Amino acid sequence: MSTAVTMDVAPVGRMLYLQTRAQLVSRLRTPAFSVLSLGLPVMFFALFNAIYGGSRASGVLAGEYLLVSYATYAVANVMVFNFGIGVANERSRKLDLLQRAMPLPPVVAAAAQVLFALIFALIALVILFAYAYVVGHIRLGAGDWLDLTWRLLLGSVPMIGLGMAIGYGTSANSAPAVANAIYLPMTFLSGIFIPFALLPGWIQKIGQVLPTYHYGQLGWNVLGSHVANEGTGQALIWLAGWSVVLLAVAFRMYRLDESRKFS
Amino acid sequence: MEPAVELIDAHKYYGPVQALRGVNIVVPRGELVAVLGPNGAGKTTSINLMLGMRKPTSGQVRLFGLDPNDRRARSRCGVMLQESGVPDTLTVRELVELFGSYYPHPMAPERAISLAGLDEQAKRPSGKLSGGQRQRLYFALAVCGDPELIFFDEPTVGMDVESRRGFLDSIREFGREGKTIVLTTHYLEEADELAERIIVIDRGVVIADATPAEIKSRVVGKRVSFTTALPLTETDFRGLPYASLDVSQERVRLFSSAPETLLRELFNRGVEIRDLTVVGADLEEAFLAITHEAEKEPVA
Repeated sequence: MSTAVTMDVAPVGRMLYLQTRAQLVSRLRTPAFSVLSLGLPVMFFALFNAIYGGSRASGVLAGEYLLVSYATYAVANVMVFNFGIGVANERSRKLDLLQRAMPLPPVVAAAAQVLFALIFALIALVILFAYAYVVGHIRLGAGDWLDLTWRLLLGSVPMIGLGMAIGYGTSANSAPAVANAIYLPMTFLSGIFIPFALLPGWIQKIGQVLPTYHYGQLGWNVLGSHVANEGTGQALIWLAGWSVVLLAVAFRMYRLDESRKFS
Repeated sequence: MEPAVELIDAHKYYGPVQALRGVNIVVPRGELVAVLGPNGAGKTTSINLMLGMRKPTSGQVRLFGLDPNDRRARSRCGVMLQESGVPDTLTVRELVELFGSYYPHPMAPERAISLAGLDEQAKRPSGKLSGGQRQRLYFALAVCGDPELIFFDEPTVGMDVESRRGFLDSIREFGREGKTIVLTTHYLEEADELAERIIVIDRGVVIADATPAEIKSRVVGKRVSFTTALPLTETDFRGLPYASLDVSQERVRLFSSAPETLLRELFNRGVEIRDLTVVGADLEEAFLAITHEAEKEPVA
């Protein structure tokens, strides 16, 4: 034997690193996909910031409020569209078959998808923040930028569940339609696009239970607890509950797909 | 030492459809085996069971004595599937490096790439490869982990004659290095020239498991071909001992278990025969005869 130590299986760390990198690289080379996810939040923010950004309410600059809105939108967008539709695409192009025949543990493949989505979301945030700082003249405290970032990444777990459920539960053809049909109304009803206070009372009642509502609240707390309708703790409890529900749905969809192809 | 692959009394249903009806295949290490059969015979299902991609409805599957889904077993196998995909935008080099990382002792990516004959395409995105190059990429991905056992499921489908030749040479080379190879194919000449052992599957059962020579010798009979002065039709052969008759204009080709009787009878009927050749069966005829037998005596 030429080597003193023989491994039975490959080290998981390097596998996870290369798998995540491959996901990221292959998605970044599909510009139509990434431009939408990275560009739309900046476009919306630029537009609304130009119109309303200068006004003030409850001691907070509207531009700052809008920045949080579109940062929330940006991360959720990546999870549902880039991640969810991406998974559905990979499945329809049978990328999962060969991978499944390899000694790559499914949990490593799934972890790489989630890591990819988180990194991609971080890229989306950095681009939006850079625009807001340089062009939009938004000045949050140094700590606040970071605070907002970790809140949005941590709070995106239910969105990862939703993205995964769409990815494994739909075909490549139906995924964009399903994603839009679920996600767009959610963002409108949750006050992400239109400030929650401006929505009619009955819509507010629906909106208040949605994960995107609590996700938005988690972000707005960065600007001061008086800006948000609920505290960080309460938002986190809601999001934890939604995480359990949506990840369970995602896992169920994954198992159904699995049992169709691999049983 | 445990065999590389064991499939023991494997049955497989897809809903009500029975794909395998008790398949027994044991492949010792270092053997080059071809699994041969018509489309829908159960070749791919057998491979999928061996790989752990599918579970048998009943029966047992072991890879190196382990469960086929055990990572230690998987880490010793490479595979080229019939239907699969890789991300279009990743280059050959990137994909080979990625797939190598799934294995404990991968070969250098350059080596896998040059074994597959893709040196010039190493930096090309997989989506921009031609059909044949794509197959070679899948070959590189199958061997890049330097596995002991490699599965090839219909690897030469869609390849032109030249790339097919090169491809079979690479597979043979791997066999010589002591690798265990399981190859499915419906090209008989491929199995004949490549494999040490041929397993014929038909309608979910193994109907033959022997060396190519043994399979050929199983068939008593000859291939007869000749031309006639006047075109014949099938009715001219009524009552004669023949199989797989092929009449086109004056040219007649058939297979007969009793060529002497057949020819005597044709002469008696006044058929004028020219350019007569009578030769031993090749693998194709053997295969037809074997599957034909199995059809007559359905397995209960």
